[in-house]
Amino acid sequence: MFSGFMVNTWTVATIVAVVAGVVGFFVVLRGSAFVADALPTGAFAGAAGASLIGVNTLVGLGVFSLAGALGIGWLGRRGRHDVATALTLVLMLGLGALFLSFSVEYAPEIYSLLFGEVLGISVNEVAPVAALGAVCVVAIMVMFRPLMLASVMPELGEARGVRSYRIEMYFLVVIALATSMALPVVGALLIFSLMIGPPAAARSVTDDPYLAMALSVVIAMGTVWAAIAASYASNWPVGFFVGMIGAFCYGAGRGWAAWRRTRVGHGATSTALAR
Amino acid sequence: MTERQPYVSSDEVLAVDGISVWLSGREILHDVRFSLRRGQFAGLIGSNGAGKTTLLRVILGLTAPTAGDVRIGGEPRARRSGGVGYVPQKIQLDPDMPLRARDLVGLGLDGHRFGIPLPSRSRRRLVEEMLRAVGAEKFGDARVGNLSGGEQQRVLIAHALISGPKLLLLDEPLANLDIRSEQEVVSLLARIAKEQQVAVLLSAHEINPLLPVMDRVVYLAAGRAASGTASEVVRTEVLSELYGHHVDVIRVHDRLLVVAGRADEPGAPVSHDDAAPVARAW
Repeated sequence: MFSGFMVNTWTVATIVAVVAGVVGFFVVLRGSAFVADALPTGAFAGAAGASLIGVNTLVGLGVFSLAGALGIGWLGRRGRHDVATALTLVLMLGLGALFLSFSVEYAPEIYSLLFGEVLGISVNEVAPVAALGAVCVVAIMVMFRPLMLASVMPELGEARGVRSYRIEMYFLVVIALATSMALPVVGALLIFSLMIGPPAAARSVTDDPYLAMALSVVIAMGTVWAAIAASYASNWPVGFFVGMIGAFCYGAGRGWAAWRRTRVGHGATSTALAR
Repeated sequence: MTERQPYVSSDEVLAVDGISVWLSGREILHDVRFSLRRGQFAGLIGSNGAGKTTLLRVILGLTAPTAGDVRIGGEPRARRSGGVGYVPQKIQLDPDMPLRARDLVGLGLDGHRFGIPLPSRSRRRLVEEMLRAVGAEKFGDARVGNLSGGEQQRVLIAHALISGPKLLLLDEPLANLDIRSEQEVVSLLARIAKEQQVAVLLSAHEINPLLPVMDRVVYLAAGRAASGTASEVVRTEVLSELYGHHVDVIRVHDRLLVVAGRADEPGAPVSHDDAAPVARAW
C-alpha cells in the first residue's frame, strides 16, 4: 500500500488536502460553497472539450475554471451571486454535454474526471500539482487579513481601503487554480467535498481562526488518507469514502459544538459568557 | 453662531464643505456643510432616506461627491486612504464564523495588510488595552457571532479605534439595541470622545438618547443639513425651514419631539428659551 506508484498517490493526495483545507477555510467562511461546487463541475466540461480536440486536459480545465471564476465574479457584481454562479455552471455544463456527445471513447476518462483517479497517479503529475498547490497556499497567506476582513463584513474592509470586489475576484481565481490542480487527480466531486467538509467541521470545534484553518488542513489530510487506505483495501471508489468521511466530520463537528454549548451553558467560560 | 472661540486649524478634525451628491439622477445631499473639532461628540440626525449613510460614505471616501470637498485634519480627503474609524450599520456577524472578539479588534489594526500577523507582545497588549477601553475584556475570547448586539457594537468600536483615528464614524449604532445597551453605548462613546480626544459622528433616527452628551447636531432632512448645538438647530423655525414645511419642536420632560404641523394653526408654539436648557443639560 505504500510502495511503488502508491507513493505518488500519497504525496499528491496530501498536497490536495492541504490546499483544500486552506482554500476551503475561506470558501466556508465566505459562504461560497456553491461556487466551490460549480467551478470544478463546470471545469470538467473543459477537460472533456480538451480531450476531444486532443489538447492536454489540464489546459481545458484551466481555461474553463478561470473563465468560470471571472464570469461568476463579473455577473455577480450587480446581481445575486447564486444566480450568477448557477448561470455560469449551466453554460459550462451545456458545453460539456455537447463535447461529450461528439466524443467516441469517453466513458472511463470522464468517469475519472468526475470521481478521480487517486490510485493511478503517475510520477510526472506530482510536480505540477505541487507547484499549483504552493501558489494557492501562498496566495491565501498573502491575502489572509484583507480576505478575512472582507469576509467578516465587507463594509469594514472598505473603510480600511480593502476593495471587496477585487478581493472577491482574487479569491475566485484562487478557487479556480485549486480546482484545475486537483481535478485530474481527485475528481470534480472529491475536491468539492474536501473543500467543504473539513473546514465546516473545524469551525465548529474552535473559535480561533488560525487554529480553525490548521485544523481544517489536518482533517482534510486525515480524510484523504483514510479514504485512500479504505479504497485500497475494499476496491470501492475513493470518492465514496471521501464524501462519507467528509460528511461524517461535519456531523461530528456540529455534535461537538452542540455538546459544548450545553456543557458550558451555565458556566463562566467560552462562548456562553457572551450571553 | 455661538462658537466659544474662533477655530484653531489644528483642532479641526473634520470639515465638510458644501457637499452635494447626485446618485442615479437624484440629489441625495445638497450643499451640506459643518465641521467638527477634536473631542466633539456629534449626532447626525435624520429619518430613513435623509442621506445619513451617503454623507458618512462621502466622509469615508467611498462615495465621490458631485460638488464640495471634505477635509480631515486639515488635509483634503484622499480616496480610500483610511485613517477614519468606521462602524457600519446593521451589524450581523455570522455565529458560525470562527473569529474571537480579540481577532476582530486586531484586524482593525492591520486588517488591510498582506500576510498573516506575527504574534507580537505589543500587538497583543494593544488589543487588550482596546478591549478594556470599550468594556469588552470579559468577552475577548468569545466568538463574536455569539455576542449580543450591544457587545458586538463595543467590539466594533474597539476595532475602529485601535488604529488611533482622530475621527470615528458610526452608522446607526443604536438601531436594534435595547434601552440599556443604547445608554451604555452612548456613554461609552461620549467618554471615548473626551478621553481620547476623538471626534465622534454618530447617525441616528432619534435625537433624544444623544441629547445629554451631544456637543453638536447635524440635522439632515431631504438631503439638506442644519448644524450647530442642539439649542441652535432643534428649533421650530430652523427645522421648519429645513423640512420646507411647518414642523413643531415640542419639549416633553427633557426630551424633544419634532411633530409635523400646519403653519396656519397655532399648534403648540415653542419659544427659543424653551429648547435651550435641554441642549445645555449636559
